[in-house]
Amino acid sequence: MVDRLLNRHGAADGQADDPVATVWAHVQQARNLKRPHTLELLKYMADEFIELHGDRYFGDDPAIVAGLAKIGGVRTVVIGFQKGQDTEENIRRNFGLPHPEGYRKAMRMMELAERFAMPVLTFVDVQGAFPGAAAEERGIADGIARSVGMLTRLRTPVVVVITGEGGSGGALGLAVGDTVVALENSIYSVISPEGCAAILWRSGEQSHQAAYAMKVTANEQKDLGIIDIVIAEPGEGAHTDPAEMARRIKEVVLEQFEIHGRLTPDELVDARYAKFRPMGPFGLAEQPETPPERPGCAGWIRGILFRRPSLPQFPGTRRAAPANREEV
Amino acid sequence: MPVRLPFRPRRDAYPADLWTKCPGCAEMLFNKQLDKSLRVCPHCGHHFRIPARTRVAQLIDSGSFAERDGNLQPVDSLAFVDLKAYPDRLLAAQLSTGLRDAAIWGPGTMGGRPVALCVMDFFFIGGSMGPVVGEKITRAGEYALAERVPLIIVSASGGARMQEGTYSLMQLVKTMGIVERVKAARIPYISVMTDPTTGGVFASFAVAGDVNLAEPNALIRFAGDRVSAGTIGEELPVVPRAEFWLSHGFVDRVVPRAQLRDEIIAILSMLIPPSVGGQAESAAPPLARGRSILSAITGALGADNSGESRAVEAGQSRGENSNG
Repeated sequence: MVDRLLNRHGAADGQADDPVATVWAHVQQARNLKRPHTLELLKYMADEFIELHGDRYFGDDPAIVAGLAKIGGVRTVVIGFQKGQDTEENIRRNFGLPHPEGYRKAMRMMELAERFAMPVLTFVDVQGAFPGAAAEERGIADGIARSVGMLTRLRTPVVVVITGEGGSGGALGLAVGDTVVALENSIYSVISPEGCAAILWRSGEQSHQAAYAMKVTANEQKDLGIIDIVIAEPGEGAHTDPAEMARRIKEVVLEQFEIHGRLTPDELVDARYAKFRPMGPFGLAEQPETPPERPGCAGWIRGILFRRPSLPQFPGTRRAAPANREEV
Repeated sequence: MPVRLPFRPRRDAYPADLWTKCPGCAEMLFNKQLDKSLRVCPHCGHHFRIPARTRVAQLIDSGSFAERDGNLQPVDSLAFVDLKAYPDRLLAAQLSTGLRDAAIWGPGTMGGRPVALCVMDFFFIGGSMGPVVGEKITRAGEYALAERVPLIIVSASGGARMQEGTYSLMQLVKTMGIVERVKAARIPYISVMTDPTTGGVFASFAVAGDVNLAEPNALIRFAGDRVSAGTIGEELPVVPRAEFWLSHGFVDRVVPRAQLRDEIIAILSMLIPPSVGGQAESAAPPLARGRSILSAITGALGADNSGESRAVEAGQSRGENSNG
């Protein structure tokens, strides 16, 4: 069971030219147990870090850590997922799978950051929210939705760093920011490859294929426009030289804080909304939609009851369609 | 209307286009009768899933709905292939539903009051939310914001559409962004959860209504059984349906389909001050009009979290049986 939780499915078998195997090796790298997580990175990045606990409603979620930090002299609120580096710590941290109280703690910290004019730095490394009964009945959906909603209107700079796995809504709860940074070997996906395989292929065995199809790697996500900056990892990966990794992250984060710090809170929130608003391409069909009408009096009666305007209007709102959408 | 349901009666006994077997009480129901009762079983009250256009016709004043953005069309941006290629799945869904994607939206009136209504359709690839569905919900919200009319979203969805990858995930941000702005501008938002409302749809706009309504016995959950079983090797002890969420504090009312329209109209008439009445445009609250959306957001920041404490207390009573 531990193996399954940690997804130690065995590394890809040497076929370097097989694109599916290459992507799976990347996934394995992103899930490497020794990768530095929030607390390890802060040890190197922060001059000072004071961890704060509890969501003030129910409890403290050990899978999400949060606190006040000074990074390069900048007062910051840091919120991040925390996996363990060994089995014992993983059990204590629930394998880094957060419950609703984790997101509520995060929201409490975001609100704190806003009131005391501190930028927010989040570290994302989570396979997804805890999918068990305790999380569900305490409202994991509500926790994620509110956390995402709060980030879309938070009046202070938010920089997101994806350090390992960015999986599903569980990751998204802390991954809405003015700049989304990812480490080279990290992954970002709408659902974990195993979850995708279980649903679309109806078999967990196809997770390699699912990871490949979803284009999970940091560089592919950057090409899709979801991630803004990809930071190269030292040596064989972040775990081989956490100090250097932390130094590179710190450099990028401080630069981004500096850039976003120049905006007023109103401009900042507008810019963040405008960043996410056009995400997701779609086409415009040339023909107006005509639902299949069956001959006979039913169609005739329907025509009388529900008069349709001859042509659907487009665009329906006052906003002009963003330029990067493709016409089909 | 042909019945498109995963279950069908034995072919030799009952022709599928005439009869439907109720999965609740196993009674054979004559389709025309079933349509007349809004596709609710007259014997046991089982609520059948219904297509988006049927839902619109049930809720809105007859003839007042004008669909918008019906020409938005999904694209295969990832060149995604699972057991079938994504374009093939899209085409099959479009042919069987007559929709271009899993949601329709448009302005209309309910009880004479103008509203922006968005309805999802589970029969289109499980009602999954990709960029087109997210865009339609966002545009419905933008219309509600611009015209200052209530926003009503009827959810029926398996969650985010995996075939469009993280673009689908970003629809959670888009939709929550507009919902936050609608709420901050003090425009009512009513979320109606129908069978099923799961995954990323439940974890974004569906759970975030000013008022959350649900149809009886509707399946509502974040993590599906296949995901739970595959990740932590446990399944939920109870299937979380509408009544479960009512008792856990995340749904305000469980409303049978026959009363849904009247109930929404009644709630709107409570939430909207009488001066606004049917002419929402002219009588907008002076405070929110003519100010930037953002300053209105800050005003609403403090009041926004009040629902949480109750929700968590409700969770407490059920205990934490798998934490740590």
